Amino acid sequence: MKVFLAITLLLMQLFATASVIEVGAGKQYKSIKSAIAAAKDGDIILINKGVYAEGEIVIDKAVSVRGVGYPVIDGKSKSQVIRVEASGVVLEGLEVCNAGYSSSYDWAAIKILNSKNVIVRNNRLLNNSAGVYLQNTSYSEISNNTMQGNSTDEVESGNAIHCWKSNNLRILNNSLTRHRDGLYFEFVTASLIQNNTSFKNLRYGIHFMFSNDDTYIHNTFRTNGSGVAVMFSKNVVMRYNTFEENWGSAAYGILLKEIQGGAVEGNTFLRNTVGIYMEGTSRILLSNNTFKSNGWAMRVQASCEANTITKNNYFGNTFDVGTNGTMQLNIFNENYWDKYEGYDLNKDGIGDIHYQPVSLYSMIVEKMPSASILLRSFMVSIMDKAERLMPSITPVELKDDKPLMKPLSL
Amino acid sequence: MKKLIKYVMIDILRNKVVLGYTLFLLAVSMSVFSLDDNSSKGLLSLLNIVLIIVPLLSVIFSTIYVYNSSEFIELLVSQPIKRTTLLTSIYAGLASSLMLAVIIGIGLPVLLYDRSDVGLTLVLAAVMLTAVFTGLAILASVITRDKAKGIGVAILLWFYFAIIFDGLILFLLFQFADYPLEKISIGLTALNPIDLSRILVLLKMDISAMMGYTGAVFKEFFEGMTGYFFIILVMLAWICSPIMLAIKRFNKKDL
Repeated sequence: MKVFLAITLLLMQLFATASVIEVGAGKQYKSIKSAIAAAKDGDIILINKGVYAEGEIVIDKAVSVRGVGYPVIDGKSKSQVIRVEASGVVLEGLEVCNAGYSSSYDWAAIKILNSKNVIVRNNRLLNNSAGVYLQNTSYSEISNNTMQGNSTDEVESGNAIHCWKSNNLRILNNSLTRHRDGLYFEFVTASLIQNNTSFKNLRYGIHFMFSNDDTYIHNTFRTNGSGVAVMFSKNVVMRYNTFEENWGSAAYGILLKEIQGGAVEGNTFLRNTVGIYMEGTSRILLSNNTFKSNGWAMRVQASCEANTITKNNYFGNTFDVGTNGTMQLNIFNENYWDKYEGYDLNKDGIGDIHYQPVSLYSMIVEKMPSASILLRSFMVSIMDKAERLMPSITPVELKDDKPLMKPLSL
Repeated sequence: MKKLIKYVMIDILRNKVVLGYTLFLLAVSMSVFSLDDNSSKGLLSLLNIVLIIVPLLSVIFSTIYVYNSSEFIELLVSQPIKRTTLLTSIYAGLASSLMLAVIIGIGLPVLLYDRSDVGLTLVLAAVMLTAVFTGLAILASVITRDKAKGIGVAILLWFYFAIIFDGLILFLLFQFADYPLEKISIGLTALNPIDLSRILVLLKMDISAMMGYTGAVFKEFFEGMTGYFFIILVMLAWICSPIMLAIKRFNKKDL
């Protein structure tokens, strides 16, 4: 297949009549706009080093725009910078900066509308309100870009990568910072998000709304307003991501709100206020995750049902699981809890008595946050012990019947 | 004064109780750390020891020591030594030998197994608690003449600070749950040195959870250095005031 593909591509190269159009000081074309006007489908536009401030540049032909030595395309904070309205466009090696903010238009450094097979790679998008904005676009790739925004407040700012009503996107190896959301997905399906780093964004690392069948793997989310929010979506797969230091009153590693299906596997949650916050979530498989030094490893609201939480490691979390009711419809099984104090007489590696991850004190704090000042007090541990012996407030059904004696090696 | 402190320290070190205390702390800390690969769990157990055992032993040992050396104190009072100097030296000798025990017994294992901020804060908390409860013990023994009553007062003080106080706070918080209690709950903890040291360690150990609270007062207290400065300042007050009260009392006391 690969050989066939290579041969086809080679033949295409031979028969193609692509010409190279150079832009820059002392070249055939001085401005990018004039070069695009002169180009035809399949041409390569080479932009040489320099500063190009031409207002909004519209690319409506299937051209490949390449920067040589990162030419600067400046929006002067007055407008959008590049608008792509054709399929098959390639943008690479550009530095696009100073896209303006408007409250009536969604201005972005690069906006892609109603297209297919667009590739945006190896670009630097600096000081923009929004980075790349995709609308009604499919089979496109955004890879190896660096996006650093200028957002200071949530209202007057845009997202690093904003995708709306698109499908089959591939978003790979990008570094996304200081925007509102690192990635925003709304009505986006069958897409892959891999190896991206999203940090110091004002709101979420990734924000999913109504986006089904997407996958994100091997991404890192650090010190964002609050991790990743997955809302009103189906079958989202989240694997091998790292969630670090998402701190704050409404901060979490992952927020799962109204989610059906999907999997959260092999992720690492480190020092978040809440590792996973689940609300109205059903039929999710949570396994092989590591929760370390979080405030709450998980908060499972009573509205969640039929989720399976198995083979996870819980180390040094202040609270393992928090909940807001006594209803319990999820399955906890074969997890390692470092707070487990049971024994294993038959030496099969599984504790002989069950473990209840919800403590009395976590229920008290849920109702009365100011009681948090008593955390780790001797008094509180006596009360927790008494409650463990005779549960009256904590949900009795929320328990791990087969807690592991040794941590899993993940 | 130096001579007096030296004498008190040598006397205490000969006493073997402090030696036993050091060895006990050392054994417990070592076993706590080597039981588990996960040193954060060890620190948690150590926190309980620091908050319960260290104050208890400091307060009881110091009270008994002061009563047992009452004849020595009477002898010295007849010499040309100021009473303030005398009591300060006894306090300094007692506190420094107990602190030494804590630093060796807890500080050494922490340095060996866990060199994190949490561990160091824990050692700092233990040292400060020793200073506070030694001072309280001296105050208790200066106020009451009867030895049994004095030890009773000391143990009651410990019981109040270690257990009853938190129960009272929880009770208050429940009763007034409908009111904003952030400031009050922080203010109330300032009345208890054990709570203060606990929160000092929490600022390092459970910062992820503590950041989860919405209140602006909590946020300011737990973020940044505000909480630290507040706790250290109040702890210093807790160290100085009992011993100053004791000196005032001792200067007027009819021996």
